[in-house]
Amino acid sequence: MTLDIAFAGIVNGLMSGGIYVLVAVGLTLIYGVLHIINFAHGSMLMLAMYGVYYLFKPPLGVDPYVALPILVAGSFAFGYVLYRGLIGRFSHGKDENILLITLGLSIIADNAALFFFTGDTQTIDVAWAGRFVEVGPALIPMPKLVSFVASLALCAALGLFMAFSDTGKAIRAVAKERQGARLVGIDVENIFAISYGIGIACLGAAACLLMPFFYVSPSSGHAFVLVAFTIVVLGGMGSFAGALVGGLLIGIVESLGGLQFGEQLGQIGIPLVFILILLFRPVGLFGSR
Amino acid sequence: MLEVRGVRAGYGPVEILRGIDLEVGAGEIVALLGSNGVGKSTLNNNISGIYKPFAGHIAFEGREIGGARPEAILSLGLVQVPEGRRVFPNLSVRENLELGSYRRGRAGRAVNLERVVAIFPKLRERFAQKAGTLSGGEQQMLAIGRGLMSEPRLLILDEPSLGLSPLLVEDMFALIKRLNDEGLAILLVEQNVVQSLAIAHRAYVLENGVIAMSGKAADLASDEGLRRSYLGM
Ligand SMILES: Nc1ncnc2c1ncn2[C@@H]1O[C@H](COP(=O)(O)OP(=O)(O)O)[C@@H](O)[C@H]1O
Ligand SMILES: [Mg+2]
Repeated sequence: MTLDIAFAGIVNGLMSGGIYVLVAVGLTLIYGVLHIINFAHGSMLMLAMYGVYYLFKPPLGVDPYVALPILVAGSFAFGYVLYRGLIGRFSHGKDENILLITLGLSIIADNAALFFFTGDTQTIDVAWAGRFVEVGPALIPMPKLVSFVASLALCAALGLFMAFSDTGKAIRAVAKERQGARLVGIDVENIFAISYGIGIACLGAAACLLMPFFYVSPSSGHAFVLVAFTIVVLGGMGSFAGALVGGLLIGIVESLGGLQFGEQLGQIGIPLVFILILLFRPVGLFGSR
Repeated sequence: MLEVRGVRAGYGPVEILRGIDLEVGAGEIVALLGSNGVGKSTLNNNISGIYKPFAGHIAFEGREIGGARPEAILSLGLVQVPEGRRVFPNLSVRENLELGSYRRGRAGRAVNLERVVAIFPKLRERFAQKAGTLSGGEQQMLAIGRGLMSEPRLLILDEPSLGLSPLLVEDMFALIKRLNDEGLAILLVEQNVVQSLAIAHRAYVLENGVIAMSGKAADLASDEGLRRSYLGM
């Protein structure tokens, strides 16, 4: 591998990492507050991608970037209502029940998608998607660059919201001290639903940024959720900064792996990272305890 | 102000409180005494809406609050500083205080923040520090400070002296007295009988799920039975 190719590989990996960060931030936020892995994460991403696809198709013809605010708001509402109406209601406050419900939801969503959308892969063709941007020796597809910049900008916005708004503070408070939160008048169930909604909203945004250069099929969420889960473990469960650094790192690992071992085997670096982290730093890069 | 009538409460099938009657009037310090595990915190958490009483009535300023949601009860100005502090360990001291005015006292946040750090200057020094890294005494100050940020009309303090060094315990009781002198009604839940009776106007003693004794603090302080069972004299 020459230096130029390696550089191009790293830049390309970083670009892919943006989406990973967005998906992982949603997963880690839900984990941090609800203390569960959202098994429905991949399926929700897939559903959002179909949302982008059908918004783009005639008769609507909405550009995926124009659709972003719609998808973010819609996904938030979907996640919020799903938590309020189903997950929270039937879990009776038991974490293992939430886990099973999200697992069941993902199975239902995947099969419903197969039934309604068939198993075919679908893509959308946006006019400007074929353009490239030169970064030194690296040639970056325009939509990938956009996805990178927009993902990080959205994460920054979410980070500011978590740091400075009362709701953001309440989310962090509920993550660690539920009874204390109730005693300052925080509606804990509502905060759970908001957190779940934000996690799903991240997927809505990711779907809009992905579709210009990716495809959707009923199983296309799975690949992302595995990667996102690795990122969350790598960065530290529940850690925001961890999801950011981990996402970009995994993007680079995958890209360099692809260069070295070929596109098919490139992803082998990801489970490898996973195992190494579990062996040498089980709490993750930014984890505590 | 606070009226508790015939409250029965507990956990699942287990009844811990078997008919509690208790009152706190405006401007009073009322002590609720009893040994460990007798159900003091259970009563507080039923008053605050964390748990729902099995039976009986709880009224605050004439309004029935038995079984209401915690945020609704807090909105009325009935604020509890819980046993074990329950500050937000991952949030800074400042953020902890700010969240005290999450539901109530939002408009007065800046003014109250100044007031609280005037009472607890230590907290200002620690503003940016995570609450989880504070000492036990500092966490207790923070918990009370956070409670004051909610602009309480009645403050329930659940074992505020627990785990404090003797000197800090002195300070704590002095502070409670001072808050009350400024007009705040306080329900002081304690195992520390002598010091509680010294600052309280009235007191209740909880035993076996019922109020075994009640009356003026001064009278209880000289009660033979109480002295024998709680002070070993
Ligand atoms: N969440 C709970 N679930 C079941 N039992 C509890 C719970 N909290 C307290 N108890 C029990 O209720 C009794 C009273 O506890 P508590 O109200 O904490 O007493 P106190 O505050 O007077 O020390 C104890 O026997 C305790 O074991
Ligand atoms: Mg107690």
